[in-house]
Amino acid sequence: MKRILPVLALAFAIGTGLPVFAVLHHDEFPVPPPPLSEGIYPCGNCHAGMEVNTKRRELTDEHQNIKLRHAENVRWCLDCHNPGNRDKLRLVNGNLISFGESYLLCGQCHGNIYRDWKAGIHGKRTGYFNGKKTYLLCVHCHNPHDPKFKPIKPEPPPYRPEDKRNAR
Amino acid sequence: MPDNRPTRRNFLKTLSAGTLGGLVFAATGCKREVLDEFLQKHFREMTDEEKKQVIRRLEKSYREKYGLDFKVGTTEAVPNTLWGYGLDLSRCIGCRRCMHACVQENNNSRAKPQLQWIRVLRLKKGNLINLEQSEHYYNPETVPEPGFIYMPVQCQQCENPPCVKVCPVQATWKEPDGIITVDYNWCIGCRYCIAACPYKGRVFNWAEPTISREEWNTDVHYLGNRPRMKNVVEKCTFCVQRARIGRYPACVEACPTGSRKFGNLLDPSSEIRYIIENKRVFRLKEDFNTEPKFYYFFSI
Ligand code: HEC
Ligand code: HEC
Ligand code: HEC
Ligand code: HEC
Repeated sequence: MKRILPVLALAFAIGTGLPVFAVLHHDEFPVPPPPLSEGIYPCGNCHAGMEVNTKRRELTDEHQNIKLRHAENVRWCLDCHNPGNRDKLRLVNGNLISFGESYLLCGQCHGNIYRDWKAGIHGKRTGYFNGKKTYLLCVHCHNPHDPKFKPIKPEPPPYRPEDKRNAR
Repeated sequence: MPDNRPTRRNFLKTLSAGTLGGLVFAATGCKREVLDEFLQKHFREMTDEEKKQVIRRLEKSYREKYGLDFKVGTTEAVPNTLWGYGLDLSRCIGCRRCMHACVQENNNSRAKPQLQWIRVLRLKKGNLINLEQSEHYYNPETVPEPGFIYMPVQCQQCENPPCVKVCPVQATWKEPDGIITVDYNWCIGCRYCIAACPYKGRVFNWAEPTISREEWNTDVHYLGNRPRMKNVVEKCTFCVQRARIGRYPACVEACPTGSRKFGNLLDPSSEIRYIIENKRVFRLKEDFNTEPKFYYFFSI
């Protein structure tokens, strides 16, 4: 049973044309495909052969929509993204990880939250609580570039007792 | 009691069982199913075969009434389970996704009466103790709103449930896995349980429920989300139809912030045990000695 979900997820990812690195490595923390924009992956399509510019700057040719609001005074893109192979993220110890494991990246600085996440307390797991479950990645809820949880529109309130849609 | 019409129960009380069958037939000429329903045993005293018969009867009557094929489950409590719930008040943003998912999953009447098992209270920050000053009709453009916190309340599945004690006909009881259930075929609508509950965890079908054909969830449990009728009380069951097959309750799955947690209190590796052991938890109105299995906590 343990093996089935990754295979299913892989099939699903292929079926939808999404990146297929989804659930493969970490049986321990199966996750749905990361929420990357359509068509952006593999990053190597553009970045392979492109010169790496490590300078902090305003991006003008691409990714203009990305505005860092995440301890941005002390951080730049290549603290998280791997300069050489852009299809990978990079940990401080130099290890390369796939986008399906981005929780490892976040966990480096948010250790307590990462611990709670693994136990299913911060964030969320879906599926069968005694059996096969799926973890939402941090980036399903937090934009890594601007991670503050964004306000949303609430569902409608209940009718008040005097409301004619609910009056006796 | 507000309703003086004869009910099945007080009618039964005035008759001796021996004469009953013939009498009912003679008096009303009613159909076989109606009689069966009338004579139905208490759910907990039924044999498996009797349960099957009841389910067949119900599925048939739902088909006639709603034109839909319901699957009415009677899955029993899983051995060694005691369900517990955790709610992280430092994450909840008051968006009511839980409340609406609950209504859909559990076939609650949508209007006249509009019945919801979850109320999301909005409280001024720093004023948590004063539940009386809460409000649940708030409707801003976006949530969360600065200066407020949100506290969803639903049946707290008390280990020591006052609602069960006051029921005059044992139509509501605590299952072995700790869920408080209602047998709608046994409930007489007296509403003592509603008055007894300190959490406003129960609601009353004061009219025939209204749900449009496309809205029905046909995957139901006898003790949970099956169709209700006029004059019965209903409440949250931690989604008994889902929990007993290992699925998270609908509200847990619907929450976009991950504030809602669910699991087996007897399983040391469950989410709920992690919360109780690692977070500061509290329960509502602890001084009532109701022993809720619903734990609120602050993760930060
Ligand atoms: C804190 C670490 C971090 C920093 C700093 C960071 N990123 Fe990212 N970025 C990520 C992660 C993690 C993802 C993957 C998100 C996902 O799985 O959907 C990502 C995704 C992306 C994507 C794909 C976005 C999409 O639309 O799917 C692009 C492009 C990108 N980053 C560019 C940048 C640029 C440019 C910068 C600097 C301005 C930057 N990143 C800074 C962690 C970071
Ligand atoms: C359509 C082509 C294209 C794709 C696809 C693309 N990039 Fe880029 N990326 C660029 C260009 C062009 C720049 C330089 C922009 C500038 O200098 O204004 C850039 C810059 C960046 C930078 C800033 C650092 C640097 O090297 O200049 C990061 C980080 C980055 N990209 C990450 C990603 C990631 C991660 C992905 C895949 C998820 C991705 N990109 C996909 C074209 C692309
Ligand atoms: C290199 C360390 C580092 C990494 C890696 C990192 N963060 Fe952060 N994060 C910080 C710091 C420092 C802050 C507090 C400063 C701020 O809010 O900008 C922060 C703040 C946050 C906040 C709170 C934002 C707010 O305003 O409420 C969230 C949410 C968050 N990070 C999520 C993430 C996620 C998700 C990842 C992985 C994609 C991640 N972080 C990776 C250092 C990091
Ligand atoms: C199901 C959605 C969800 C997932 C998945 C999730 N978070 Fe959060 N996170 C939240 C919410 C909601 C908040 C509270 C935001 C607020 O109060 O504005 C939060 C708050 C935070 C904060 C701010 C500090 C705090 O304690 O409030 C950090 C940092 C953070 N998350 C990091 C992470 C990291 C790292 C991961 C993955 C290991 C992760 N989150 C996964 C929903 C999520």
